[in-house]
Amino acid sequence: MIGVASRQPRPAMAPGPLVALLAPLLPLGGVAGHSVGFVDSPVAVAGLVLLVGTLLLRRLAVGALSEAVILSVGVAAGYGATLRLLADGLAPDAGLWLLLLGATLLLGRVLRLLAEVSGPARHACPALFGLAILLLWEILTRGLQVPAILLPPPSAIAAAFATNAADLWDDFRQTVLISVLRGYLLGCGAGFAVAILADRVPFLARGLLPLGNLASAIPVVGVAPIMVMWFGFDWQSKAAVIVVMTFFPMLINTLAGLASAERIQLDLMRSYAAGYWRSLLLLRLPCALPFLFNGLKINSTLALIGAIVAEFFGTPVVGMGFRISTQVARMNLDVVWASITVAALTGSLLYGALALAERRVTAWHPSFRKR
Amino acid sequence: MTTDRILPVAAMSLAILVLWYAGALWLNGPQAVEALNRLGDGWGTADFVRQAFAMKRPILPTPDQVAVELFQSLTGTPVTHIRNLLYHTGVTAGSALTGFAMGVVLGVVLAVGIVQVRTLEASLLPWVIASQTVPILAIAPMIVVILGNMGFTGLLPKAIISMYLCFFPITIGMVKGLRSADPLALDLMRTYSAGTGQTFRLLRLPSSLPFLFASLKVAVAASVVGAIVGELPTGGQAGLGARLLSGSYYGQTVQIWSALVMAALLGVALVAAVGVAERALVRSGPGGGR
Repeated sequence: MIGVASRQPRPAMAPGPLVALLAPLLPLGGVAGHSVGFVDSPVAVAGLVLLVGTLLLRRLAVGALSEAVILSVGVAAGYGATLRLLADGLAPDAGLWLLLLGATLLLGRVLRLLAEVSGPARHACPALFGLAILLLWEILTRGLQVPAILLPPPSAIAAAFATNAADLWDDFRQTVLISVLRGYLLGCGAGFAVAILADRVPFLARGLLPLGNLASAIPVVGVAPIMVMWFGFDWQSKAAVIVVMTFFPMLINTLAGLASAERIQLDLMRSYAAGYWRSLLLLRLPCALPFLFNGLKINSTLALIGAIVAEFFGTPVVGMGFRISTQVARMNLDVVWASITVAALTGSLLYGALALAERRVTAWHPSFRKR
Repeated sequence: MTTDRILPVAAMSLAILVLWYAGALWLNGPQAVEALNRLGDGWGTADFVRQAFAMKRPILPTPDQVAVELFQSLTGTPVTHIRNLLYHTGVTAGSALTGFAMGVVLGVVLAVGIVQVRTLEASLLPWVIASQTVPILAIAPMIVVILGNMGFTGLLPKAIISMYLCFFPITIGMVKGLRSADPLALDLMRTYSAGTGQTFRLLRLPSSLPFLFASLKVAVAASVVGAIVGELPTGGQAGLGARLLSGSYYGQTVQIWSALVMAALLGVALVAAVGVAERALVRSGPGGGR
């Protein structure tokens, strides 16, 4: 890494956020046709004073972390004032946008500081970034009056989430708890079992591996209409699509994992007179664990995709794919976004749970050593 | 492919063919019996097999039925005609490749940003990874509808879905690749007092190419998936996804299977094309040939 060699805990600050100081010179916006000046609004003035105040106070900070904390108060003030004014029905003008720009540039500084910090505070960096994206999304969709049909603001999505919670829960149960879980377990289980079989019979492995590589180039999700035709509208067809999609990734990863034990370790097992199953259980499967988890993680996303796409081809009147396709047709985009939020949270939670389990089970693996 | 692989692969392919015919017999059997009973009582096993393998709307069409349908839909009408499968393949390939190109640009730009700017690495990279745990194909119909409202129809919405699927493997592979430059070589660049731009162009970029191409293969396959799923909600106008959808609406199983085979061929061909480009570029490039 070039450039980080000289230890410099607090990089020099760009004067960007100071553009906010120009805001009072410009009109803030209009309420019900009347123009409002910046200094007429106590909320805007308070936001600006806090923002500039933290810029001055940052000199008191002892380290990068404390400076980031102080400055983030200023960012919060800028965003908070903007949100408050929009909630009061203000149609924003140049003054408010400048305040927002200043706050956003200040956020850039906060993120830069946090990126240099070591330890758990580093995780605040992506969290703040995500939060800022959400807030900007809310402010911009409201401020620019983006039609809800294009992009509803997060607050509208949250409201739709709350009012449709019962429906969304039913969808979640049908799609995730019934279809995805069963298909995922069946597909990964089958891939794993066939990989063990192929490990015993090398002829099978040599035939299956090229097919598996071929399958990775094929849009497997296209089998969805066929499966819906064969297995009907209920969960069986979704599980079947998932089995077809997840089988080969699991097979390939398991085979690669079983081949990852080192020669010298295998020799040791032989010198202990361990048979095939014993060395499989005690040496080769533990060695294969990182590969197994890789396959499981890839498949967790694939399984959700498979279920939702298969639901586009036909479902009982419940399920995430059904909800999305029917509500899109009715232009209820906030419900669609709420459904997508459920899907996104499910996907992230599944992945996170697997990653956590991986760290627990394979803590010995070199790839975790550095962290 | 080496000779010790040909035999197992051939055996496996033969086994799949046999299983396919057996499956067709099993799945189409009840329908075939019904059809034969309607014709009369005196039918034997040979009649049954012939009937099961030649259903008009079979539950599982036989490989030869698919092959015949494929041949007819490829040669029966001129290539530009809506009934020609090659026309639909072209539509899908067009949006897949457009999305792929956009995904490559986005992926490479993100990767360069992440490698060069530390703030981006800390704040953006976790979200790039999280973006892939979202089953994006769920959003596909909505993107198509939204962009349709904004006046974009046809190729672009599908290309955007392909792009979203494409950019992730490219970003991850490229970040890894740009960081894979030999530390000794990096030190050497410093002793030459090469600037960041020069180091990037002369050292980091060439050494990232093998990683880039490995990602490109994954991405191009994903772009085909994106294009096909993007065609589902457009209501079956053109493209392989539309063929799948209309086939499933009207129970035309043979049409579904031939569209599937075509999609598979398209995916394999695109991956192979990236492989050819890799062999041409990486060997002749400044970092290759070692």
